[in-house]
Amino acid sequence: MRATTALLGTLLAVVLPAVAEDETAFAAARQALLREIESDVRETADFLNRRQLDDRVMAALAAVPRHEFIRREDRDFAYENRPLPIGFGQTISQPYIVAVMSDLVEPAPGCRALEVGTGSGYQAAVLSRLCAQVYTLEIVEPLGRQARERLARLGYDNVAVRIGDGYYGWPDVAPFDVIVVTAVAGHVPPPLLKQLKPGGRMVLPVGTRFTTQQLVLVTKRADGRVTTRQMLPVAFVPLTGGHD
Amino acid sequence: MTDAALRPPIVSVALLSFATLATEILLTRLFAVVHWHHFAYMIISLALLGFGASGTFLALVHRRLLRRFAASYLGNTLAFAACVIASPLLARAMPFQAEALLWDPRQPLWLVLVFLLLSMPFFFAANAIGLALILHRDRVGRVYAADLVGAGLGSLAVLAALYGLWPEEVLRAIAAAGLLAVCVGALELRARRSAWIGAAAVALVAVLALPATWLRFEPGPYKALSQALLVAGTRVVVERSSPLGHISVIESRRVPLRVAPGMSLGATSEPPPQLGIFTDGDNLQPVTAASKDPTSLAFLAQTTSALAYLVATPRTVLVLGAGGGLEILRARRLGARQVDAVEINPQVAALLRTEFRDYTGGLLDDPAVALHVGDPRGFLAARERRYDLVQMSLTGGGGGGGLGGLNEDYLHTVEAFRLYLRHLEPDGFLSITRWAQVPPRDTLKLVATLLAALEADGVTDAARRLVLIRGWQTTTLLVKNGAVTPQEVQLIRATCDELSFDVAWFPGIQPAEVNVYNELPEPWYYDGVRALLGEGRDGFIASYGYDIRPATDDRPYFQNFFRWRVLAEAWHAKGRGGMALLEAGYLLLAGTLVLALLAGLVLILLPLALYAPLAQTSRALRWQVFTYFTAIGLAFLFVEIAFLQKLVLLVHHPTVAFALVLATCLIAAGAGSAWSSRIQRTRARRALFVAVVAVVLLGVTLNVVFDALMVRLADAPTVSRVLSGAGLLAPLAFCMGMPFPLALRAIDPPLVPWAWGINGCASVVSAVLATLLAVEVGFSVVLWIALGLYIIAFAASSFTERGPTCQT
Repeated sequence: MRATTALLGTLLAVVLPAVAEDETAFAAARQALLREIESDVRETADFLNRRQLDDRVMAALAAVPRHEFIRREDRDFAYENRPLPIGFGQTISQPYIVAVMSDLVEPAPGCRALEVGTGSGYQAAVLSRLCAQVYTLEIVEPLGRQARERLARLGYDNVAVRIGDGYYGWPDVAPFDVIVVTAVAGHVPPPLLKQLKPGGRMVLPVGTRFTTQQLVLVTKRADGRVTTRQMLPVAFVPLTGGHD
Repeated sequence: MTDAALRPPIVSVALLSFATLATEILLTRLFAVVHWHHFAYMIISLALLGFGASGTFLALVHRRLLRRFAASYLGNTLAFAACVIASPLLARAMPFQAEALLWDPRQPLWLVLVFLLLSMPFFFAANAIGLALILHRDRVGRVYAADLVGAGLGSLAVLAALYGLWPEEVLRAIAAAGLLAVCVGALELRARRSAWIGAAAVALVAVLALPATWLRFEPGPYKALSQALLVAGTRVVVERSSPLGHISVIESRRVPLRVAPGMSLGATSEPPPQLGIFTDGDNLQPVTAASKDPTSLAFLAQTTSALAYLVATPRTVLVLGAGGGLEILRARRLGARQVDAVEINPQVAALLRTEFRDYTGGLLDDPAVALHVGDPRGFLAARERRYDLVQMSLTGGGGGGGLGGLNEDYLHTVEAFRLYLRHLEPDGFLSITRWAQVPPRDTLKLVATLLAALEADGVTDAARRLVLIRGWQTTTLLVKNGAVTPQEVQLIRATCDELSFDVAWFPGIQPAEVNVYNELPEPWYYDGVRALLGEGRDGFIASYGYDIRPATDDRPYFQNFFRWRVLAEAWHAKGRGGMALLEAGYLLLAGTLVLALLAGLVLILLPLALYAPLAQTSRALRWQVFTYFTAIGLAFLFVEIAFLQKLVLLVHHPTVAFALVLATCLIAAGAGSAWSSRIQRTRARRALFVAVVAVVLLGVTLNVVFDALMVRLADAPTVSRVLSGAGLLAPLAFCMGMPFPLALRAIDPPLVPWAWGINGCASVVSAVLATLLAVEVGFSVVLWIALGLYIIAFAASSFTERGPTCQT
């Protein structure tokens, strides 16, 4: 018994500092990533209509441990600014895109958010730091279960995960101030637009699984009319000059 | 009796070559299911470097292998047959995913392993054929003829087989053909017949005993089909396969599919349930369920592609690309009295007519609907009928370009649009819907291409005939056969206002009207159309960040927008999603070319360093041989590819044209090769001169003749068009079959395997280079370059006069 305790003690003495060291390294990497995102936003200011992201959004990104949302074997890349696989042919979005999307929907303190396409749960975790309550829907059952367990384990108590069809949104808790649709269907489902509050904002990334070609911001005006703003996440002017 | 005294194993070589070409075509098909189409193409292209590697290998060890020719030949043939099955299965087992190249540093290693594994069958086949060529150099014309004729028949056979059999069954059949080559070879070479035939029989039993499920190639995890199948309750209900693609139809009872691209944000109703037709695991097309509830079909009038029905009342409609029938349904629901629809894939058409007849509520039983199977251009070229509306379906599951960018597309060219416009009634509309890309690419290229078509038809008021609207997801361009009226403009304005679509062009449009509901950083579409309609069109096209030059039949790459200048910007912005700016198809092809060139160079230089007898030949001779065999290796495929473009337009079917060109070129070239063996060695150079002059003259003549033939035979039966195409191409190919054997028998033995390797490497580079050249400068230039290469080859052929100075 004494030997076992001693062994456990030794193991903890070895393992705990290693874990702490890891966490410190992850925190430093996360800070570096934030600086990279800030720089990227400055470079794309003309397209995003903003020179910097909301401090609350940056704080949320600084607080959410992305390495907890990816596969163990990819942890070394957790704070690189790129998408990563999470299994089932799905990816965790690029942090820069997550930051910009979270900013575009302008989540006010106390807001209610709906996310369609939970994936790893990372975007929901970021939103949970910005909104009072986050509802997230995932259609792929094992992914949804994993995300639910992960979010609970990490203490994101204000995130509710449901496994099911995102087309109809979450009518019993609607309307929402903010909707993030990460798994875009062939069109914006009318039920989702219905569940968006007047004055509410919805964002959709459009492109392939690994490259976001454009971000579509859907705004519902007070009169119920819906408009979109299509933004490039990258500074690019198609015309290089020289024509009449 | 020694091996050398035996006759060459002609039938066996033909069978082996038959199986080798069939393997090449089948592997491209199999891997197109697993990976993106262009990645599959890249993998198989590079795997063909097995031919080049064989040249290097033979240069180093051919003398040892020739001492036991029969065993070497038959052993390599048996290894080929084994690799036909083993290589793709092992390659599939590698944890390689093209998408994972973005994050996984181990992926390049897996990719190299995939290349190496897939190159194995080609390596062994080339070893066997190369050994036969080296040993029977005096009869090289006959051996090479067997090689070419076998390959030609193989291309025909595999394409025919893919229409009737599942790819996994074709894989078994090809392995069996390889094993038959072993048996026939053993008989022809009179070598330990019972042992070789026994071994082949055992291998055949093993091939037949493999469970079919092992041989199936499933889509990769990032394909749309794999994603759809992750949803609980979703299953594949029907599968079909043909050279045009592997079709999988899915049904999802719990979470029905709802594909309504471009649906207005103002739409309030949900589309009815749908089935999804996937081709090679991507390119989703919906089959919409019959519905008695009119609100569920309201979406048909709430997309940008419905515009023509909302501003006019088209009675007769032609749908180009019927797919799952969405546009047919739209046409009937929105008032069309007669709908003709054209679908190129007979299996898709058959599914709509049979399996899904009840599901669609008998959409095709409607007497007002006629579905025609065939190529849309072929359909129109053979008819005079005019329509109130010609509607081009929106195909595919995402933005254009990207990995689909380098498929030849003869439906979106200046010539194609002229044909569509000719079939419009006065005041009729041509309607084309595209995915809206940001920044705009294909819609502006569409406008540029249509303007070129209108100008070619002598239209001077194009600005008054065009209408362009857009939602956040799709754009729709209308071209009217006449001027758009003020009443129509009012209807366009009202429709867009009601459905929150933006107007981007109509006659009299004001800048204040644009970029309202779906706001872009700049009114790119309006500015683009205005610039294209203005005097500075050429400058605008030249300075635009993407290639939006009008697509033509000579450069039929409507969906390729790549420009090198974007690469630097995209790379700089890669952390901010800059890669989305790139057209991956073009880059993959360019990357394939670079890899093929580097690998080819290594394979060609290696024997020089390691094989002393080769290094001892004169430097000048080596340069001549290198230039000659590179030139004819490049030129043969250049000519094939240039005339494939002509044949596609003549026979109006990509698969038939592909089979026809390949088979005609290879078989006729085989005949030319066989005939060349009658020519005395001392007359080789003169014969070469005649062959090259004939190739150049025939090439120039046929380039013109084919264009005339396309017009003359537009409404002729398919058989006449196929026979005319083959008949015209055959004499050219006959002459193209002569330069290789004429030169091979004239060179010293150490140079023979080297030349064989050079030819193999050049062939690999050729296919990739021809496509890149066609994208940039067009197929005509590819043909001129090919003819120039034949002239260069002749200029480098003085070694054929001298003949070999020593024997094997």
